[in-house]
Amino acid sequence: MPADLHEHLFRHEAGRMTASLTRLFGVQNLALVEDVVQDAFCRALEVWKLRGVPANPSAWLMTTARNRALDMIRRERTARTFAPEVTRLLETEWTAAAVVAEAFSGDVVLAEQLRMMFSCCHPDLAEPAQIALILNILCGFAAPEIAAAFLTGRAAIEKRIARGKRLLCGFAAPEIAAAFLTGRAAIEKRIARGRRLLAGSSTLFDLSDADFAARLSAVHRALYLLFNEGYHGASTHGAVRAELCDEAMRLTALLREHRATRTPATFALSALMALHAARLPARIDAAGELQSLWEQDRSAWNHTLIAEGQELLDRSAAGDELTAYHVEAAIAAVHAAAPTVAGTDWNAIVTLYDRLMEIAPSAVVALNRAIAIAQRDGPDQGIEAIERIADRERLGAYPFFPAALGELERRRGNVGEARTYFGQALRLARSDAERRYIERRIETALR
Amino acid sequence: MSDFIFLYRNSPAAREAAMGTPEQRQKSMQRWMAWMRDLEGKGHLKNAGQPLERSGKLVRGGSKAVTDGPFVEAKDVIGGYTIIEARDLAQAAELAKGCPALDGAEGSVEVRPVMKLEM
Repeated sequence: MPADLHEHLFRHEAGRMTASLTRLFGVQNLALVEDVVQDAFCRALEVWKLRGVPANPSAWLMTTARNRALDMIRRERTARTFAPEVTRLLETEWTAAAVVAEAFSGDVVLAEQLRMMFSCCHPDLAEPAQIALILNILCGFAAPEIAAAFLTGRAAIEKRIARGKRLLCGFAAPEIAAAFLTGRAAIEKRIARGRRLLAGSSTLFDLSDADFAARLSAVHRALYLLFNEGYHGASTHGAVRAELCDEAMRLTALLREHRATRTPATFALSALMALHAARLPARIDAAGELQSLWEQDRSAWNHTLIAEGQELLDRSAAGDELTAYHVEAAIAAVHAAAPTVAGTDWNAIVTLYDRLMEIAPSAVVALNRAIAIAQRDGPDQGIEAIERIADRERLGAYPFFPAALGELERRRGNVGEARTYFGQALRLARSDAERRYIERRIETALR
Repeated sequence: MSDFIFLYRNSPAAREAAMGTPEQRQKSMQRWMAWMRDLEGKGHLKNAGQPLERSGKLVRGGSKAVTDGPFVEAKDVIGGYTIIEARDLAQAAELAKGCPALDGAEGSVEVRPVMKLEM
């Protein structure tokens, strides 16, 4: 009997094959790379559907891609320039096969995926564009799939990917202007800047580059945002959202495998993701309703992930760098260790939020800190802390800001104020799930 | 029980279109696996068969001229075959209805009895 396919095997292999093939063909030939990947999948589909899935489908695909690559190099080597590091070696049969084989060896596949990830996080690309590019190139998501996940228009996502790819490939500015249908002058300026940055390195970002540290934090940030998009995103399409979290965790795990990227911050980010992902099964109840930390059935939490997250958090403590990821992971760890809301160490949580306000202050962090203070000291102190949030007008469109005030006023017995705040929260809800969640709060709170 | 051959046909364009994203390819793969397992489980699978390359040569009668296979323009190209066992042609055709090759309107499965040599 044929073996079963690992879920998303094709998607993940697409990213691995793309990385190895780009090492050979060069980033300017990304379209050719994607043709070879597509061809490897076609062959897999044709052979496996009749002959069954081989014992090691991943190795089968990589071997097929390797052979296709060699065919392509033989056919195209007079017509094309490949990656600058290897193009001379690919010109002759003496070295071509060995170079191709090397590009598909384990360590190189990992390093090339990381280089691709770092290249996607080019400082010239806005963060949403970086994430779209990562999902497309490294995770095998097509534009419509990314659009569905982000609830953004398909055209907008295609544009983001196109822009990212063109930036990587160094396409001419007028072509990009055409794709964007925007003022050509503005685009040309943007591109000129991007091209200057990429000039001299027609290859992917190298992990030994001088701005490695800065780029690594951009990669961390992109993966963090990708995870958050899956975790907090406004959609209730649970399956799609969970996939974004899975991809963020998988790519962060790749960072842990390479000595250059295996930093304390990488471990902290991984810990943060594991500890939050552990709560995912309880976040949406059987009826598809959003459940807050307060309401969640804690027995549904994934305890394997909690243990894993705890261990990652321990490993992140090496060195003396304390990032926001460390503190956020530590907060998640306190929640994960608590049997109930009442049994939570709120004092530890308030202290951690104090640290977070020092490292990465924001109005949302301040609001969460105020909520923790209310848990520890009571609703009066919570409201006082909210009133002290300096930039709380930034929370004007955030439905959980009036919802928190409503909750605290209710606890103080001010039903009228509570009703007003909950009404505001309801008007600000960004999705049906949030709307129903707030309606439920109103129902239980003001009964 | 008699032997029947399933010839899987599809147009190259429809085949490319059906490939789609890696996720769609994987889903298609899973449907094929489920179908083959079902045939096997019910004792119909005699020989899973072989896939065929898309490229080839065509040798014509008379002049014996050899050309590259006209497969690129062809409406339906045989992509592979499977040999199954069934009670009769009607049952074999019924079994073919479950084939994922039929998911696209342009795909088809040709069901042909393998001729019995009564000697």
